[in-house]
This record gives sequence, structure tokens and C-alpha cells, in this order.
Amino acid sequence: MSYEILGITVLWIFLYGYLIVASVDFGAGFYSFFSVLTGKRHKIHPIIERYLTPVWEVTNVFLVFFFVGIIGFFPETAYYYGTSLLVPGSIAIILLAVRGVYYVFSQYGNRNNKFYMFLYGVSGLLIPASLSTVLTLSEGGYITETNGVVSLDYHKLFTSGYSWSVVVLAIVSVLYISAMFLSYYAGKAQDEGALHILRRYALFWAIPTILSSLWVFFAIRQHNLEHFNKMVDNAWFFIASFICYAIAVYLVWKPGKLRFSFLFVMLQYFFAFFGYGKSHLPYLLVPYLTVHDHFTNHAMALALIIVFLLGLVVLVPSLYLLLRLFLFDAQYVRGKYSKK
Amino acid sequence: MNHYDPVIYSRMLTAITLAFHIIFATIGVGIPMFIALAEWMGIKRKDPHYLLMARRWARGYTITVAVGVVTGTAIGLQLSLLWPSFMQVAGQSIALPLFMETFAFFIEAIFLGIYLYTWNRFKNPMQHFLLLIPVVIGSSGSAFFITCVNAFMNTPRGFNIAENGKLTDIQPLVAMFTASMPTKVAHVLVTAYVTAAFILGAMSAMALLKGRNHVYYKKALKVTMVAGLIFSLATILIGDLSGKYLAAYQPEKLAAGEWHFETERQAPLIVGGVIDREHNIRYALRIPFALSILAHGLPNSEVIGLNETPKELQPPLWIHYMFDLMVSIGMLLFVIGVWFVIAVRKRKRASGDVKPLNKYLLSLIIVGAPLSVLSIEAGWIYTEVGRQPWILVGFMKTAEGATKSGQVDIMLWLFVALYFVLGLSSALILRRMFKNNPAEEELKSLKGV
Repeated sequence: MSYEILGITVLWIFLYGYLIVASVDFGAGFYSFFSVLTGKRHKIHPIIERYLTPVWEVTNVFLVFFFVGIIGFFPETAYYYGTSLLVPGSIAIILLAVRGVYYVFSQYGNRNNKFYMFLYGVSGLLIPASLSTVLTLSEGGYITETNGVVSLDYHKLFTSGYSWSVVVLAIVSVLYISAMFLSYYAGKAQDEGALHILRRYALFWAIPTILSSLWVFFAIRQHNLEHFNKMVDNAWFFIASFICYAIAVYLVWKPGKLRFSFLFVMLQYFFAFFGYGKSHLPYLLVPYLTVHDHFTNHAMALALIIVFLLGLVVLVPSLYLLLRLFLFDAQYVRGKYSKK
Repeated sequence: MNHYDPVIYSRMLTAITLAFHIIFATIGVGIPMFIALAEWMGIKRKDPHYLLMARRWARGYTITVAVGVVTGTAIGLQLSLLWPSFMQVAGQSIALPLFMETFAFFIEAIFLGIYLYTWNRFKNPMQHFLLLIPVVIGSSGSAFFITCVNAFMNTPRGFNIAENGKLTDIQPLVAMFTASMPTKVAHVLVTAYVTAAFILGAMSAMALLKGRNHVYYKKALKVTMVAGLIFSLATILIGDLSGKYLAAYQPEKLAAGEWHFETERQAPLIVGGVIDREHNIRYALRIPFALSILAHGLPNSEVIGLNETPKELQPPLWIHYMFDLMVSIGMLLFVIGVWFVIAVRKRKRASGDVKPLNKYLLSLIIVGAPLSVLSIEAGWIYTEVGRQPWILVGFMKTAEGATKSGQVDIMLWLFVALYFVLGLSSALILRRMFKNNPAEEELKSLKGV
């Protein structure tokens, strides 16, 4: 494997990691707020809180890792994406800030403040929409470079069917992934009341998930035929994704089968995300940036890869410890430990 | 400023984000050290007061960490959004510490999450204490790596620029370990510890001043002030080394900061004062030989003046005020520390810990907290504005690195509003948190105290 493919694969894995943990996080925040509105707060809030509190800080790092990594491995991306993403990027930063901060404020400072819950619940749904702009732009056709000035064509962005299909998929996925995870977590906690509600959410969002995925397929065909054809060449990724989806939904639908449900949700998105990523190559940004022509210099690539491997040696056991203490520890999940 | 200039707006937005972020970042680097210190003393002395200290500090710390994390994410993204051409160069040469910083951040985030929720999970309290070590390493580590990046901007090394503008001969480690790195990193770390000491100390001083004479506050004040004294002494020593570094590598920054125009031996140090357009200095105190000593350690050594630097490459002269502000606050904090230690010793000898501390000393400790933050701000303004007009000293002007986007002004106002709201609400929350739950009350609920 060449360095540049290794580099983009590493980054893609972290982006995938962010997609999963952030979806759980954003969706959980939204459901938490929703449960206040519908008066079901006492039923599902404890489950959500138990999962979210130890991990809120970690989620953000996956994102930081991705955008620092991409500048390191592919410095030219700073020039194109940096200039054109000023507005959507800034909006995403502001939403992330509001969400992150008010989550902590409502947890530790001003408990149960409804306005704070509203802020972090709703911003959680808008963040995926603003972040997904990057994926939309990467298909090309929205960014132009004239006389050395890179600019983003907002009119085109807001009127294109493709960009909207991505936004819809992002929001629906957040609600779906999160509900699937929380169902699994509630099942583990043996909390029947929460499980009943969360399973309904999960099954409800299963249908829009598959419909919006199909919409994205057709929209890519309209927008970038070359990419669509490459996706067809890699069709097995998407077939595997669909099979995992079917298994995951079945496991949630059938009572008492939850054990591996979230694993299949993760696989479903893994295949779809990597199928999409693989067929996108070699382009980072159509038609300006490719992984081959805009890779960093040899010395930096080597240094980054060495650091990355050393970093993993520390990171993987730490993450494992976190999961063991808060996700795989049945006592904790059931709320058996006294608080604080 | 009638016409739109993305460079000015980009500079303003970056400045305001950093100015806001460093308050929380400094606290974020400093406080884990003190949580660890308190918990360690609590375990070793079997004293629940110190354990409660660690708990209460950790609780407040979560609020500041939240703001630190989101503003840190903001500046991380803004670097690419506002300075795309600079990041193109930086990505090739300085990506290594940037990348390492995310690992340090990762470790800190993971272990802080574990630490906060496992107070009652381990039978052996030492195991819980050990979780703090990665938090301290992670927070100080990210300060280390990110300061390496800033050091690179001041003394860029480890690459060459070919005639077509392409970078060649890149050496990531050389770029990371530049001349300005050691003094900068050391200065950043110790000043963060000093600031944390005064912020935590001020909270106890406030309670004591209000007549809440619980021994908890006395213990907390003693830990923080003794540590604060040690770190502020270290700050002064490292500050002196930083001056010597500047004289050798960035003489124009030192000269602009000291209003030193002609290259000369036995250079005097100018303290305070105001300067006019013709470079006439009034109301200033001149200390003979002091600048030569600051720059090279010898009263007779030669200090390069600002006139050696072409006019268009000179930093603005107002950074002198920032330098003076930073240094005088640093000295004051040291004096407060000395006074505290003497006062505590005297009191112990005289009456065995009965008499309350002098209220002027307590008030000074309280004032020391915001002053230490102000000093951090002044120091960073001095170092950052002191390298203008360069973004990469000697290689790239700030104006060449900025975005050409047309919407920076609107973004500036959006972020100003964001920081205003975040700053206000975090202050209110922290106030509420400590006011509604005083340590005396919490001690009562602990068994056997």
C-alpha cells in the first residue's frame, strides 16, 4: 500500500469513527430534549446520561484528529477547502461550541435547565447538516478557482438536489444510529421502560434511512456520473451494507435479540462509508485535488505515520479502558454505582 | 477601515478567538496539576480535606474544560479557514506537532472522562489517583506541542524554499525543535501553573476574607500559594532566558518591546513611559545596563537596536506596554507568594494558627487571579504582535497567508457574540456551583469530619 492510500485510509477510519460516536452523541442529545417535550424524560433520560457523560469530550477529538490529519497528509486541502468552507465551517464551529458547552452546563452546573437542553438538543441535528457540506463539495461543481481566488457557489449549493440529499441522509442517520445504539444500551441495562420507547424510535427511523440512502445514490448519478459508475463497480460494498442493515433492523424488531444489533449498524455504515470513499478516489476534491498529486512530502509522511502508529499504542488501550468501564461494565450500565 | 479587507478581519477574528481560548487553555493546563497535588496529599496524609479539594476543583474544571475544548476546536479549524495559504506551508513542515497534539488531547479527554466518574469505583484510592497522571501529561503535552508550532512561526527552520515557491528539504524534527521552542514551552507551562495557583488560591482567600474560617480553606490556600511561589520564581528565571533568546534570534521584537533604537553597549532598560511619533520617550524610568544584562547577561554587552530593521518590517512600538504589564504582574505575583509564606510562618510561631491572615494579603491574592490572566494575555499579545508583519518570520508575511474570502467580517461578529455568551454563562455557572455548595456544607455530609 502506498503512503498516500495509507494516509487517506487512516483519515477515513477516523472520520468513520467520528460518524458513529458523534451520531450517537448528537441523536442522544436530541432524544434527551425530545423526552422533556413529550413528558417521557424520567423513562429514557437516565440511560442517555449514563452513556454520554464520560464520553462527551472524546467525540470531539475524532473530528479534530480528522481535520488536523488531512492538513498534515494533504496540505493543499487547506488552500481549497479552507477558503471555500469559511462560512459553513464557521457555522459548524459555532454549533459545536454551543452544543458542547451547554451539554456540560446542563449536566454539571444548572441541572435540568430546559433552555440549555433545547440548545444542545437542536444544535445536534444541525451540526451533521453543516459538516456534511464538506462531503457535498468534494463531489466537485460547487467550488471554482479563478485568478487564484477560490470561491464557493452558494446558489448552486442550495439549489442542487445532491446537496439536499446528503443533508437529509446525515440527519436521518443521526437519529437512526443513535436510536439503535440507545436501544442496545437500554437492553443491556435491562431497562424495559426505556427500551420500549427507544426501540420504537429505532424502527421508525429505519425506513427513512434506507430511502434517503437511495436518494443519495440517484442524486450522485445526476451530479457526478463518473463517481456513480465507480460506485456501481464497487457494488458489493453497498450490498453488504444493505444486508447488515436488514440484520440490524431484524435484531431490534424481534424481542430479545438485541445483543449484536449495534454491531450490524456499525457494519452497515462501515461498508457504505468505505464503498463511497473507495469509489471517490483518487479525488479529494473533484477536479482540483487527488490523493496522488497533492500528498505531503516524503519526510513528513513518514514522520506522521510513525507518530500515528506510536499514538495507536497508547490510544487503543485507553479507549478500551473507557469502553470497559462505561460500556461493557454491566454494573455501571445498570446504574449500580453511586453518582460522583 | 471603509473598505472590506479580509486580512484585517482575519487577524481580528484570530486574535479574539485566541484571546478567549487562552484563558480556558491556561486554566486547562494548570488545574490538573493542582487536582493531582491535592489528591496525592489527601491519600498520603489520609486527610479528607485534600480529597474534597481535588473533587471540588475537578468539578469546576469540567466547566472550563468544556469551553476550552470547543474554543480549541474553533481555533484549530479557523487556522485552515482564515489562513489557508499559511496552513498549506505549515501542513508540509509543522504537521508533526499538530498531529501529536491531537493524541495528547485524546489521552486527556479519555482519562478525564474516566477520572470524573470513578470516584467510588476503586477499592484502592491510589488507582483513582493514577488516572490523573495521563490527564496531566495530556494537558501539559498538548500545550507543549502547540507551543512548538507557535515557536516554528517565530523561528521557522527545517525547510528550504525553492525558486518556484515550493518547499524542499523538509525535516519535521528540526521544524519542531526550533531555537525559540525551549524557552517558549517552559514559559507557557510554568505561567499556566502560576495562574491556576492564583485562581484556586483566590477562591479560598475569598472565603477566608468573608470570615469563613474553616481549616479547609487554610489548607487550600497554603497548597496553592506555596506552589504559586515556586512556579512564579521559575517564571522569572525562564522569562530572563526568554529575553536572552530574543536578543539572539529576534532582536527586532526585543528592541520594539524595549524602545531600543540605536545599537549600543551598556543599554538601559526603559520601564513604563509613553512614546510619541518622533520616538521621544516621556515619564519613563531608565535602569542603566539592565537591557544589556537582560539580553546577554553582561552590563557591557551590545544590544541590537530597532533601527537595524527596515521600517516596513518593524513591529509596532505599543507592544512595550504589553511587555511592562506582563513583567510587572509577574513580579507582583512573586511578591504576594513571598509575603504569604512569611506571614504563615510568623503566625505559626506566634500563636499556632489561630489568628486569621492579614486581610490586605488576602485581598491581594484575590486580585492576583484576574491579574495573572491579564498577564498571560499581555505576554501573548507581546509575542504575537512582536513578530508582525510576519506570519512565518523571514518567509511569509501575514497578509500573504490570509484568506481571500468575502465573508470574514460577518463571521467576526458571529464569533464575538458566541464568545460573549460563552464567557458570561460559564462565569455564572461557576459562581453558582461554588456559591450554592460551600465546602463547609460538603464536609458535613462526609462522614467523620
